[in-house]
Amino acid sequence: MTDLFIAPARAGVFPDDEVWTVSELNETVRALVQDNLPPFWIRGEVNELRAYASGHWYFSLKDADAKVRCCMWKQANARVGKPPSDGTEIYAQVRSDFYPARGEFQLIVLTLLPTAALGQHMLELERVKQALAADGLFDPARKRPLPRYAGTIALVTSPDGAALRDLVTVARRRWPAARLLLVPTRVQGAEAEGELVRALGLVNRLEQAELCIVGRGGGSRDDLAVFNSEAVCRAMAQVRVPTISAVGHETDVSLCDFVADYRAPTPSAAMEAAVADVREVTAAVDQLAARLAGSLTLRTRLARERLARAGDRMQCAVESVVSTRRTLIEKLAVQLDALSPLRVLERGYAVARDADGRVLRRRADFRPGAPFRLRVADGDVGARVEPA
Amino acid sequence: MSLAEELERLEAIVRQLEADDVDLDAALALFEEGVRRLRVAREQLGAAEAKVQAVLEDAGGSLRLGDLDV
Repeated sequence: MTDLFIAPARAGVFPDDEVWTVSELNETVRALVQDNLPPFWIRGEVNELRAYASGHWYFSLKDADAKVRCCMWKQANARVGKPPSDGTEIYAQVRSDFYPARGEFQLIVLTLLPTAALGQHMLELERVKQALAADGLFDPARKRPLPRYAGTIALVTSPDGAALRDLVTVARRRWPAARLLLVPTRVQGAEAEGELVRALGLVNRLEQAELCIVGRGGGSRDDLAVFNSEAVCRAMAQVRVPTISAVGHETDVSLCDFVADYRAPTPSAAMEAAVADVREVTAAVDQLAARLAGSLTLRTRLARERLARAGDRMQCAVESVVSTRRTLIEKLAVQLDALSPLRVLERGYAVARDADGRVLRRRADFRPGAPFRLRVADGDVGARVEPA
Repeated sequence: MSLAEELERLEAIVRQLEADDVDLDAALALFEEGVRRLRVAREQLGAAEAKVQAVLEDAGGSLRLGDLDV
């Protein structure tokens, strides 16, 4: 008997590299299992659950005819709370695994939902997610940039909710030029889905709207459920202006958030993102005003020197205003206006130009006998150089 | 013109004037346009208070805006 097994090996029928070790086999099976089965949902009855001191749970899931080993790591089961008792039917989101040390197939449980009702809710969520993803609604390439200075903003929310108050408060503080158009809708309850879809459609008929914020304040999982509705998500994707979603608190995430062009954690944060800060923009405008003045300084150096010689006090005042970058643009604009070359002309200076409108700056530009035009404060005057 | 467009134009004017290759007449015209746009921008920034209105749809399907106290 022994000879029968040894002899062929000696003859080279089983060269070493074609004989697998158990470890090689199990590693190969593990790779096959892990690489080829994406995470999925499974339903079953919990059996033989043991919660170890390490915090990990080991149990079986079974139905009438079959059974599979499951493992749920401490990090994952921390969200579940108490381990489900034997016999409980659960929904579990799992990935496949193979444990080489024992040659056992097992499931790594990622999410566990102890009641069938909740499980169904999650399954529906998963279905909607897949359907929207399949149609490209979560595609980052779809995201549109928000306008820099949105003037008119449509608000799709409840007229009675805290969200509206927060949105208005932030808009008034940051951007008083904003115009807010509330498209009222219920945001929870049986009617909410239809009303939200209708309200989002209505936004497309508001020609003035440049941006749309959709949201509500915090609430229970059921309160926020309508923002996971397939119909609402699709209506949101159809809004012709950029959209911001603001549903609940920081930790609440809904499918609408993924469809919107921008996800804000709260309604207040949505308005912060929607409008610029009037103080920042004012500072930017001030800077432009200062630069405008600076550029003109160069152009009118000659005139300014003359004015300075004439002891014009106003000139000094203007320069001090410009150099200290006073924040009141109105004042600055008035002062700038006083710097205008036109004002210089009003003081009795004139600009000489030839027939083509070129400015005649030097003696050599004036040919004896040649006609030219003088620009004075209120218009042009014809003139001619004295013959030599 | 929107505020964004006003500010973009203003920025362009300032850059042109700073470049120093514009003749006096053109510079003059640009400067005056700049001052005008500064005024417009300032007016927009100085608006009193954000206005809030409700969009209402009547039975016939047409839209109207109603005042809202928030």
